[in-house]
Amino acid sequence: MAAMYGSKETTPLLRVKNLQTGFKIDGEYYNAVEGVSFDVRPKQIVGVVGESGCGKSVMSLSIMQLLPDGIGKIRGGEIEFEGQDISVFSDKQMNSIRGKDISMIFQEPMTSLNPVFTIGYQIEEVILNHENLTKKEARLRSVALLKQVGIPRAEQIVTEYPHQLSGGMRQRVMIAMAIACQPKLLIADEPTTALDVTVQAQILELMKGIQEANDMSIILITHDLGVVAEICDEVLVMYAGKIVERALVEDLFRGPKHPYTELLMKAIPKMDEDVEELATIEGLVPSVVNMPPVGCRFANRCPKAMPECLTVTPQLAEVAGRHEAACLLYEESWPTDGKREREGVAAL
Amino acid sequence: MITRDFIQDRIDYLDKRENLLEIRNLKKYYPVTGGFFKRTIGNVKAVDDVSFSIRKGETLGLVGESGCGKSTAGRTILRLMKPTGGEILFEGKDITRLSGSKLQKARRDFQMVFQDPYASLNPTQMVGDIIAEPILNYEKRNKKELELEIKTLLKRVGLPEEAYYKYAHEFSGGQRQRIGIARALALHPKLIVADEPVSALDVSVQSQVLNLLKELQIEFDLTYLFIAHDLSVVKHMSDQIGVMYLGNLVELASNKDLYKEPLHPYTQALISAIPEPNPLKRKERIVLKGDVPSPQNPPAGCPFHTRCPVAMEICSQEKPALAEVRPGHQVACHLY
Repeated sequence: MAAMYGSKETTPLLRVKNLQTGFKIDGEYYNAVEGVSFDVRPKQIVGVVGESGCGKSVMSLSIMQLLPDGIGKIRGGEIEFEGQDISVFSDKQMNSIRGKDISMIFQEPMTSLNPVFTIGYQIEEVILNHENLTKKEARLRSVALLKQVGIPRAEQIVTEYPHQLSGGMRQRVMIAMAIACQPKLLIADEPTTALDVTVQAQILELMKGIQEANDMSIILITHDLGVVAEICDEVLVMYAGKIVERALVEDLFRGPKHPYTELLMKAIPKMDEDVEELATIEGLVPSVVNMPPVGCRFANRCPKAMPECLTVTPQLAEVAGRHEAACLLYEESWPTDGKREREGVAAL
Repeated sequence: MITRDFIQDRIDYLDKRENLLEIRNLKKYYPVTGGFFKRTIGNVKAVDDVSFSIRKGETLGLVGESGCGKSTAGRTILRLMKPTGGEILFEGKDITRLSGSKLQKARRDFQMVFQDPYASLNPTQMVGDIIAEPILNYEKRNKKELELEIKTLLKRVGLPEEAYYKYAHEFSGGQRQRIGIARALALHPKLIVADEPVSALDVSVQSQVLNLLKELQIEFDLTYLFIAHDLSVVKHMSDQIGVMYLGNLVELASNKDLYKEPLHPYTQALISAIPEPNPLKRKERIVLKGDVPSPQNPPAGCPFHTRCPVAMEICSQEKPALAEVRPGHQVACHLY
């Protein structure tokens, strides 16, 4: 935590500014990510939480430029990595960054490895792509990497195929591949969702250890608030393509500011509490083709909604010390023109 | 509204009820075949000597990691599979060896809610027909009456009446799970086996479905066998919790006791591995080494000894039996 406060002035490693990513549906683009801005500082672990369809995965694919060709497109905003806008990079330029400076691990350790190549081959491929090493040196490096991620019998495992490993082991291999070139930023999209809890605990511990050893930053995308609480420094809460709350992890859990975050926390059954009835969020996330053009996107499900929530779009703004929320319950979230409107109403 | 009187009545009632389901030494082995003649060369002991009972109106939660045999146990109890050994007593009657029409008749009383709301509903059938099917299997019914009854049921599980005429793909995951629940309720069963009913759902939807299951339990006097990998969900739903590891029941206790004083080292590790959604309450974590061994070749002695942080010499030689070490709290571990 201290590192984070200290690094407030340092330049961010990644700066996402007003990112808009759209998908083509019936010839027209609809934004799945709508004006998302955030920074990732060196050595920071930023958690992105939200339910399915909130845009968290699309956001990470946008950063990596891995959106499906011809369907998904970055339609606005900037993605600055070490001061350079990588959102306008060509495929070739991206190839030199992907896997080297920024790498990614995916949710499905079962399907993200190629079944017809050995584990060793797949790790060496990454290394040989980015570094001037011989095959022999690359093999030694991959054995060392496998040892670093806690795989026993690393010398034999390099010659084995993915199907010979368990889910937890495959996720370790994925991590070894991702950190092969010591990237500065690791994007982990639901890295532990497909794993059992005892294995999840191992993988989280491993990621934290590597992050410290390699001075790496991590963007951790997850739907599990428990995982966020466990290893993140800062949290972004996303809903329907927008960031609704952003805070340091302790502040968020001490007092969530956005009604959505609050309900999300009350909806999980806890081990040390007995409640007869869990909090629920009624209704559904508005579909991407049916987003309300103005107003808060959570308004139709929000128990604290006011009439203004349907007409005034809340802005993400600091509502307490280093704690941002986009909700009209807070004066700070009112847009400047909206504020005037409300004062006018009050004056009448 | 839940009043104090209501709760008292319910406690009195729950104290008097009897076992609805009793499982004695249930075993389910899957044969492993090999060679030219596909002879059996071994067994995967998916469920190995599991015993427990559920009282009427109660919920027993089965928890464990993937491959521990919890789903096989659930399916075998419903007699979707033939058990290899043991006895299943439903309302005192042995259903272990029922077959044909006798089994079909008995099945009316126990239904299942499946994990995957996408795969467990027929995409070519109208929702109304999906729910009508189990009823029509057993009874001849007037079409109008049946439609009315199903619409009432749909409303009860929180869906609009018009859902009757729609198809599964028109619904979200949570709504589909409600359809699955309505189908399970259609025959007014006594026991419902819910196999990971919320693991495919988002948390906000998950809580809706959990609340619904709890309401329905009281309203229709249901008994649940609730199978899940998420210990906090199981704890929220269950009166009794059984922890399974590699086909064995390693601990069985009331939900309060299990959380307050987990006795088996595996249960302790499982509880400590759950990420605490509160960074202010960070706890001591027991990180287990390695993976679950293959059930085809389970370790000798206690199945957990290969990963157990407190394993002793005896653990690799002798398999501990499930025994009551505190009132109402059973555990299979040599430490006790």
